Amino acid sequence: MNAVKTFSRGGVHPEENKFSSRKSIREIPLPLQAIIPLGQNLGAPAKPIVKKGDIVKVGQLIGQGEAFISSNIHSPYSGFVTKIDDVLDASGYRRPAIFIQVDGDVWEETIDRSETLETEIKLNRKAIIDRIKSSGIVGLGGATFPTHVKLIIPEEKKVEALLINAVECEPYLTCDEALMLSKGEEIFVGIKILMKAVDTQRAVIGIERNKPEVIEYFDTIAKKYPEIEVQPLKVKYPQGGEKQLIKAVVNKEVPSGKLPLEVGCVVINVGSAFAVYEAVQKNKPLIDRIVTVTGKSIAEPSNFKVRFGVPTQTLIEAVGGLPHDSAKIISGGPMMGKAIASPEIPIVKGSSGVLVMKETESHRKTEQNCIRCAKCTVVCPMGLEPYLLSKVSKLEKYDMAETENILDCMECGSCVYTCPAKIPLLDYIRTGKFKVSQIIRSRN
Amino acid sequence: MNDNDVLILIYSILTLGGLGLVSSVILYFVAQKFKVYEDPLVNEINETLPQANCGGCGYAGCNNFAEACVKSANEHKSISGFFCPVGGNDLMKQVAEILSFTVEDQKPMIAVVRCNGSHTNVPAKSHYEGISKCLFANNLFAGEGACPNGCLGLGDCVVSCAFDAITINTETGLPEVTDACVACGACVKACPRAIIELRPKGPKGKRIYVSCVNTEKGAVAAKNCSVSCIGCQKCFKECPHGAIEMKNNLAYIDGEKCKLCRKCVEVCPKASILEINFAPRKPKVTTVENNC
Repeated sequence: MNAVKTFSRGGVHPEENKFSSRKSIREIPLPLQAIIPLGQNLGAPAKPIVKKGDIVKVGQLIGQGEAFISSNIHSPYSGFVTKIDDVLDASGYRRPAIFIQVDGDVWEETIDRSETLETEIKLNRKAIIDRIKSSGIVGLGGATFPTHVKLIIPEEKKVEALLINAVECEPYLTCDEALMLSKGEEIFVGIKILMKAVDTQRAVIGIERNKPEVIEYFDTIAKKYPEIEVQPLKVKYPQGGEKQLIKAVVNKEVPSGKLPLEVGCVVINVGSAFAVYEAVQKNKPLIDRIVTVTGKSIAEPSNFKVRFGVPTQTLIEAVGGLPHDSAKIISGGPMMGKAIASPEIPIVKGSSGVLVMKETESHRKTEQNCIRCAKCTVVCPMGLEPYLLSKVSKLEKYDMAETENILDCMECGSCVYTCPAKIPLLDYIRTGKFKVSQIIRSRN
Repeated sequence: MNDNDVLILIYSILTLGGLGLVSSVILYFVAQKFKVYEDPLVNEINETLPQANCGGCGYAGCNNFAEACVKSANEHKSISGFFCPVGGNDLMKQVAEILSFTVEDQKPMIAVVRCNGSHTNVPAKSHYEGISKCLFANNLFAGEGACPNGCLGLGDCVVSCAFDAITINTETGLPEVTDACVACGACVKACPRAIIELRPKGPKGKRIYVSCVNTEKGAVAAKNCSVSCIGCQKCFKECPHGAIEMKNNLAYIDGEKCKLCRKCVEVCPKASILEINFAPRKPKVTTVENNC
């Protein structure tokens, strides 16, 4: 086993609360009606290519991603399209979605549904990337950046290492752990495929030390794959941030505003690596994922294999229903997730978890004056000054926010977590980021 | 006092006096060299302006406005397009007099809040505890009442108003504009949802407007709000003056074309068209037809 590594600057260690750890993956029955939002990825939403009344099969393409940063959407169900209409997203704003009346479970014939492990990679480099693109695979860690875009390497660049992000540093979430324990062999084949796609001889899987079973299991599999290393990492948030993982594993710093490729790295989430295996070896597009449903008062925190389009409500019912003392439902983890405006909101590609918060823990504390303790600056993993960024955003001094590199903020929330004055620093910074990127766009 | 002391006194007076003399000569030449000519008219106009520095005229402040007026008068021989909303027509007449021009009267305007989503009309579906500013809340979520276009009620407009003309009504949770409004437009810029609009004040303050900016489909809009415009086009068809246009499931009344006949208010099924400062209507005489 390799020595434990971590990133050098900042970071916090929130209570882990991984209640659903080491639990096997459960499945839920198919819903009667499903809502498939068209904008499930970072970037441009997909264009619907089905219309009302169309009959669809599981795995059929229903939304075409046309822009460069966009991804395809496939139907996770068989049935017919009842309407294409707007639906609430997590923030309460309405976005277009396809409504499917579920009828039976008829799959596309081209999809191999067997459980046998396919280790032989038949496709060539270009065909792999094309398959990943057409399967609509995005980063399943939560940011939902289309995976195929990361794999297109410019001529002059060389990938030295492919990093697999299996860190899962968010408290509460265990979806990656559950996937790794049940689909280890498949994930390694997925990594081999990705290595072929980016043409590299080295891959490193970064795993936080709080998952010893996974590290042990992966170490045994890694004996068969000498070019894939398993790297245990210190339990520290945000270890799973792209730039933090690169710093921890290869000890290189990605320059401000640049992509990981600048230092010869490509970082792919472990869930995406499994999706790549399914897409390339089994011809199965991305139609499901593992979702952790958890919370301190939840009767039975579990990991589910869920097809997209199921309402969040259904998952909460499957773990024993919404407890009486709950006041907030978060899509994602407690650090980076978003409180959702309604339990009707469907599970999408980016939903890594559903976290139910108790009344007592869901309220914000009153904002007080900054006491200049500089704790936020100490914990910021990007080396920014959150107190300053929040102040300039508040005063609408966006030019200064830009020169202070506000766009480097990855919204990990370490500053808010640590602030003794309970200042909602990230809310200020997020608005500042939004405004600054608007200004930058208007310049071109 | 001995001689030495007297000498010290004389030397000090001579040194300081000499220094002062030399400095004044230098200062005189410097002042001549870097002299800036300022039109006395600028100062004269500036003195008539309200000195609110609100920016309602579109310039950085009152002095800036005065400079721009004089510049335009010298270069284009006209000051059309310049208007100080705080001083209004009277002030613009004074300014024109100073510059020996005439100006046309402009209709007085007022800021209008085009949302009636009060606590009772739009029941809250979620609870927001974040930063109490519309700018930040708008970035985070659609609003407690789930209307993505409606008023967030956190009062960015109140903060922006330099004339204390907007207050939040605690009962409804909506901003209210008083007659102190000078239509400087600061609140229009401050509102992240573009709800506030400058409209003609109307004769005796009478005005009619659609109090909704929701662009969702009728059924969706009606789900969240009992007084939302549902885009039914009844007012559009009813208006005899062609003052109403339909766009994005939303009716908009052109304040210039509206003749204040109030027919649209009567036909609106959702009561989303508001009439302000009208005398109360006479109760309708209901005729009961006997068909027996």
